[in-house]
Amino acid sequence: MQHTEMFQHYVLDHAWDEMRQPDGQARVQYQELLRRMSQVNPHELANRQRVADDTFLAQGVTFTVYGHEDGTEKIFPFDLVPRIITDAEWRTVERGLTQRITALNMFLHDIYHDEHILNDGIVPRDLVYSCRQYRREMRGVRVPRDVYINVTGSDLVRLPDGSFAVLEDNLRVPSGVSYMLVNRQMSKRVFPQLFEQYNVRPIEHYGQALLATLRALAPHTNEPTIVLLTPGSYNSAYFEHTYLARQMGIHLVEGRDLMTHNNIVWMRTTKGLQRVDVIYRRIDDDFIDPLIFRPDTILGVPGLMHAYRAGNVAIANAIGTGIADDKALYAYVPAMIRYYSGQDPILNNVETYLLHDAKQRAHVLDNLASLVVKAVGESGGYGMLIGPHSTAAERAEFAARITADPRGYIAQPTLQLSRAPCIIDGHLEARHVDLRPYILYGENVTIVPGGLTRVALKRGSLVVNSSQGGGSKDTWVLYEE
Amino acid sequence: MAMLSRVADSLYWMSRYLERAEHTARLLDVTLHQLIDVDASLAQQRWQRLWEALHYDDAGRGSHDPLPVIAQVTADAHYADSIMATLTAARENARQVREHISSEMWEHINRLYLEARTTCQQQQWRAAPSQFYGFIKSGSHLFQGITDATMRHGEGWDYIQIGRAVERVSNTATVLQAHMNTLQAGWRRDRPQHAEWIGLLKMCSAFEAYCKVHTPEVTPQHLCAFLLFDAEFPRSIRFCADTIHAAISRNAQRDRVQSIQQPQRVSGQLKASLEYGSMDEQLMQLGSFIQTVRLGCVNIDTAIQQTHIAYAIEHSLLNERA
Repeated sequence: MQHTEMFQHYVLDHAWDEMRQPDGQARVQYQELLRRMSQVNPHELANRQRVADDTFLAQGVTFTVYGHEDGTEKIFPFDLVPRIITDAEWRTVERGLTQRITALNMFLHDIYHDEHILNDGIVPRDLVYSCRQYRREMRGVRVPRDVYINVTGSDLVRLPDGSFAVLEDNLRVPSGVSYMLVNRQMSKRVFPQLFEQYNVRPIEHYGQALLATLRALAPHTNEPTIVLLTPGSYNSAYFEHTYLARQMGIHLVEGRDLMTHNNIVWMRTTKGLQRVDVIYRRIDDDFIDPLIFRPDTILGVPGLMHAYRAGNVAIANAIGTGIADDKALYAYVPAMIRYYSGQDPILNNVETYLLHDAKQRAHVLDNLASLVVKAVGESGGYGMLIGPHSTAAERAEFAARITADPRGYIAQPTLQLSRAPCIIDGHLEARHVDLRPYILYGENVTIVPGGLTRVALKRGSLVVNSSQGGGSKDTWVLYEE
Repeated sequence: MAMLSRVADSLYWMSRYLERAEHTARLLDVTLHQLIDVDASLAQQRWQRLWEALHYDDAGRGSHDPLPVIAQVTADAHYADSIMATLTAARENARQVREHISSEMWEHINRLYLEARTTCQQQQWRAAPSQFYGFIKSGSHLFQGITDATMRHGEGWDYIQIGRAVERVSNTATVLQAHMNTLQAGWRRDRPQHAEWIGLLKMCSAFEAYCKVHTPEVTPQHLCAFLLFDAEFPRSIRFCADTIHAAISRNAQRDRVQSIQQPQRVSGQLKASLEYGSMDEQLMQLGSFIQTVRLGCVNIDTAIQQTHIAYAIEHSLLNERA
C-alpha cells in the first residue's frame, strides 16, 4: 500500500531508468533500497531531508552564487536516495576513462611538442591554433612525468540504451569532488543500516590519493611543500578548497601569500619565507600569472610561469590543458584514442556537429529546435541553448551568433539523460542525472569508485549544474557479488 | 608546519572581532538594565558614556532618542562597529582559515552568525534585546571553550589568545576612559556614584569578581586598581598584558629565536609597567596612564605585523640565503 503511494508520481518514459526496468520491476541492485524506503513514512523522510540540509548549512558546505549580494551562500541541494552502480558497470567506466585520459594526456604532450597528430592530419591544425585555451607559452616545456592532467572530472551521461557516454572532459580545474565526499558522510548518517546492507566501495581515501598524485610531481625533493592555490573566499568553490586542503594537511594559499624570486616560488609564513614545490591550483590559466596572461588580475602570482618553465615548481593541472577539453576538439577524442593507443574507444562520445563545417552548420541551423548548442569555451551550463526548451527569439539569437562565429559553437542532439529516483515532497519521482567521476593521474591513473551524481531537480529539466538549480546525490559503486 | 602570515592575521582578527561583538553586547545590556528607574538627566549622561565607550560619534544627532542608535550598533550590518558587523567579520575571518581551526569551532561560529543574522534581519531582537545580547555573550564564551578544548594549543592558538587579550585591554581601557568623570568626582569624595561604578564593573563583567576581593563596597581607588592591576581577573589590563606576553614568548620559543624580537620587547614593557605599577602613583594621572596602555597595545599590534605578517621581503630573502 505504502509502496504504491510512494510511486504514484514515478513515471517511466523512454529515458533509461536507473532503478526500474521497462516492465516496472526494480533492478536487482535497487530492490533492497526500495524495500527499506517503502517502510519509512514520508514525514520521516522529510525530516531526515531537513536534518541533512541543516547540517550542510551549519558546516558551511555551501557554494557562492555569483550576482547575488545578500545570502550569497547556498547549499548544494542533496537528495537522500543514493544512486547505485554495479561492479560490472563500473569496470567498464573505469577502463574507458583510463583509456580516454591516457590518450588526452598524450595529445597534450604531442601538440606542445612534436605535433605528430597534426602532421598526420588526424586533428585539423587550425582547430588547435584557433582555440583560446591553446597556450603557446607551453611549447617545448617539459612537465613532471609528462603528465598534464593530474585531476580530471569527466561528465558521463547514460543513454537510453543503458550505455555510458562522455559528454565533457573537464581538464582545467574541475570542482565538485568535495560534494562527493560529504554526500557519502551524509548518506551513511541518514541510512546507516541500508549502507551496511550494501557492499559499497569506499571513497574516503580520495584526499590521500590526491596527495600522492601531487607528491609524484615534486621536482628534486622528497619532502615537498605542497600548497593548494585558491582565488579566495569569494570563489564559488571556496568550501571545496578548504575541505581538500584540510583532507591533505597542506597549506591553502592565495596569490598574495606567494611570491617569486630568481624563478623560485616562496610563501610568506610567520617564520619567514618558505619554498613551495608543488601547487595544486584552483585558478584558471588566465589568472595565474599577470605577467604572462591577463594583466588585470590580482589572484595569481607574478613570475609564476617563469618559475614553472624553469622546472622549479610543479603546477597541477599543467598550464594549457584547456585545449583538450575544447568542445570542438571533443569531437576528435575518439580519433585521438585510436591514433595513440590503436584501440577502439570503450566509452563513446555524444554525437557532435562541428559548425565551422558548412554542411553540418546548415543542418544545425535548420534543426535548432531539437538540438543543444554550446559555446566551446564555456562551462557550468552557461552559454547554452537547449532547443526543445527554447523560444523562437533565443533560437534566432543563437543562429546569429553561430553564423558570426562558427568556431565558437558546437551542437549536439538533445540527450535523454538517464533518470534516478529522488525524494520530491515525500514521494519518489524520477529526475535526470549525470555522473562526474574524478580521475587522478600522477605516477599512474587512479579513479575513486563512483563520483558526483548530479541531479536536475526541476521536473523535466535536463540541466544538472549547481549554478542552474541542480542538486546531487551519493553514488554507490558495489563490490562484485 | 610553518603558518602562513595571512592565516595568523585572520586568527588574530577572528578572535578580536568576536571579543568586540561580545563587549558591545555586554555594554548595551548593562546600560539598558541601568535605565530602569532613573531620571532623565542621569539617563542622558549614561547614554553619552555608552556612546563614548562604543566609539559612537554622537555629534550632529539632533534627537535625544537613543533607540535608533541602539538598533544601529546592534543589528545594522552596514555599521562597521555593530554587533552584527563585527560578528560577520569574525565569521568571515574564521571562514578564511577554516582548515586551521577545528570543525567544532567553525560550526559554532557559523551557527552563531547564521542565527544572529536571521534575528537581526527579521528584527526579532527588538522584542527581547537582553536575550539577544545574552545569546551573543554566551556564544562568544562557548567559542572560547570550544577553542581551548578542540584546537592544538600551538602557534595558531596563541594568535587567538593575543587577539582576544589585545581587544580586552583596549575595551577595558575605553570603558574606564568613558567613566573618568564619575571616577574623579568620587575621588574628591564629594559625590559618590555607586550605581555608575557598579555599572562600570559590570561592563567588564567584573562586579562579582570585584566583590570577592573588596566586598561590594565600591570605591574608585579599588575599582581602578582592580581593573588595571589585578593579577587574576581575566579582563584586567594586567592579566591581559600577561597573556599577550606569554603567548608571544611561546611563539618565540617555538621559533627558537635567540635574540629578543620587537613583539616580545614591547609586550614585555607593557607587562612590566602593569606588574610594578600601583594605584598610588596612578591615582592622579589615570587618564595619561590609560593612554600609555593603549599606546602599548598599538605598539604590540604593529610589532607583530612587522615581524610576522607583513615583513619586508628583501630582509627575509637575505636570511634564506644565509
